[in-house]
Amino acid sequence: MKMPLSAIIGLVLTGGFLFVAIFAHWIAPFAIDDNSGGQWEGMSALHWLGTDTIGRDIFSRLLYGAQITIFVALASSVLAFSLGAFLGFFAAVRGGWVDQALSRMVDLVMAIPSLIVALVMLSVLPLNLTVLILVMGFLDSTRVFRLSRAVAMDITVMDYVEAAKLRGEKQSWIIFREILPNALSPLVAEFGLRFIFAVLFISTLSFLGLGIQPPLTDWGGMVKENKDGLIYGKAAAMMPALAIAALAISVNLVADWVLSRTSSLKGGRGG
Amino acid sequence: MHPVLKLVVQRVALGLLLLLAVSAVIFLGVEALPGDTAQAILGQQATPEALANLREQMGLDQPALTRYFNWLAGVLHGDLGTALTNKADIAKSIGQRLGNTLFLAGCAAAISVPLAIFLGIIAARYAGRWPDKVISGVTLTTISLPEFVAAYFVIFLLTQVVPIFQPVAMVFPGMSFWAKLHAVALPVIVLVLVVLAHMMRMTRAAILNVMQSAYIETAELKGLSPMKVVWRHAFPNAIAPVVSVVMLNLAYLVVGVVVVEVVFGYNALGQYLVDHVTKRDVPVVQAVGLIFAAVYIFLNMAADIIAIVANPRLRHPK
Repeated sequence: MKMPLSAIIGLVLTGGFLFVAIFAHWIAPFAIDDNSGGQWEGMSALHWLGTDTIGRDIFSRLLYGAQITIFVALASSVLAFSLGAFLGFFAAVRGGWVDQALSRMVDLVMAIPSLIVALVMLSVLPLNLTVLILVMGFLDSTRVFRLSRAVAMDITVMDYVEAAKLRGEKQSWIIFREILPNALSPLVAEFGLRFIFAVLFISTLSFLGLGIQPPLTDWGGMVKENKDGLIYGKAAAMMPALAIAALAISVNLVADWVLSRTSSLKGGRGG
Repeated sequence: MHPVLKLVVQRVALGLLLLLAVSAVIFLGVEALPGDTAQAILGQQATPEALANLREQMGLDQPALTRYFNWLAGVLHGDLGTALTNKADIAKSIGQRLGNTLFLAGCAAAISVPLAIFLGIIAARYAGRWPDKVISGVTLTTISLPEFVAAYFVIFLLTQVVPIFQPVAMVFPGMSFWAKLHAVALPVIVLVLVVLAHMMRMTRAAILNVMQSAYIETAELKGLSPMKVVWRHAFPNAIAPVVSVVMLNLAYLVVGVVVVEVVFGYNALGQYLVDHVTKRDVPVVQAVGLIFAAVYIFLNMAADIIAIVANPRLRHPK
């Protein structure tokens, strides 16, 4: 099967973002809070994308911002998947009241928009990286729970799971050795979508001033810092906004491709 | 009892139960999180006596459940308590701002719903051809943008590149309806962009799903024009999924409104919520959170009910 052009573009861009995020410290020409330039300078050979509201190099801050944005989004998606998938499989395997209790709790959390839940939680919790990752991971795990429970429900009724149960395998074996490998492909496709959601979520929180706190920075926070420049026609706030859009679209392209591949493998919607 | 009525009553009861559970989550969940309201007000240097005094004054020395029921009783009587930061009556502050939020969301809904359905029908009619590809491509791009990014793209475009609007949306009491409408034009455009994509894509999918039925083929073989097939034969059967998608997106609008209000400095409920999260004013956050949750649950419930009522098999049981 030939890889579509959109998927190649998406992969290259996503890889590029990951690369600059990992090596930000080596690539960035300036330190994160080095206010070496004047306020809102335009693009120049020294400051490639100009400077921000207090004269810091936007290009360097974009790189550091990429690091934080991608790290927080990745960490919270990994947490969401570990927690959500495990509990989802567990609920499907155990059934009965365990399933009922977990499912109703998830229904309850999902009955409130995640941004509102996050705002309510962040009004009491201290604002730091760990708390942000935990809150976002917890909220996102409810979505993963729904999906993995539904997928696992189809798998638990298969003959080979029955056979494993009759062999006397433990619950952890059934979850990790029987269900997990067979549920992996839809979960991998979902991971891309949850990751984008996490990027948008952390950016939104930072934009509202409730996410990453200075001296660290992320893209949402950079938009917030530089938004006043827009009124005077300074485009500084547009750079991080463009970065968020580009990352979201490129991961979307990859996820779309993975999704269509996994569903055609299963003889599903076709391809 | 008519089966439809029974189902509707069931949904309403379920919605109310859910709302009660959500109020418990919002109140008791905040209690369960580490964090001390009295400490937050007085700061780190507070003496133990001062903390104990304040706790007693605020009723914080009583068990959480007692306080929850007191709070709930207050909410049911329209008393949302007072804000920690400025001692203002929360219900009054919300009352002033709720109208502004509803005005903004209402304008966005009034434009986006008909537009999304129209574009969805066009895309379904020309499925796989260029009008479909253009509409789908554009909406796919806007769907992956967070509200504030979309907002700044729109601001940059419409105040700098083509300067026809002001980048802040100020409304105050006494403004005429038209002046208000002009003031909220930019935020409304942003909200429309954000919800349009999803709504339009689901409308298209719902219609295309119906288009695969045998009776559509019959209609086509009868020689009806394609637009007539879509409009008269496919659309009525796609109404239930379309309406529920519309409702779900209006619920999504509830969240979008919070961010967009902050972007434009629009004095309404979302801005009020975010301000008080920053100030760690828990009673205000709980009250506004409950209102947003209630609107969200109500819209989801409405989606369920409309889907039930729109189903002819349920309306006319055998």
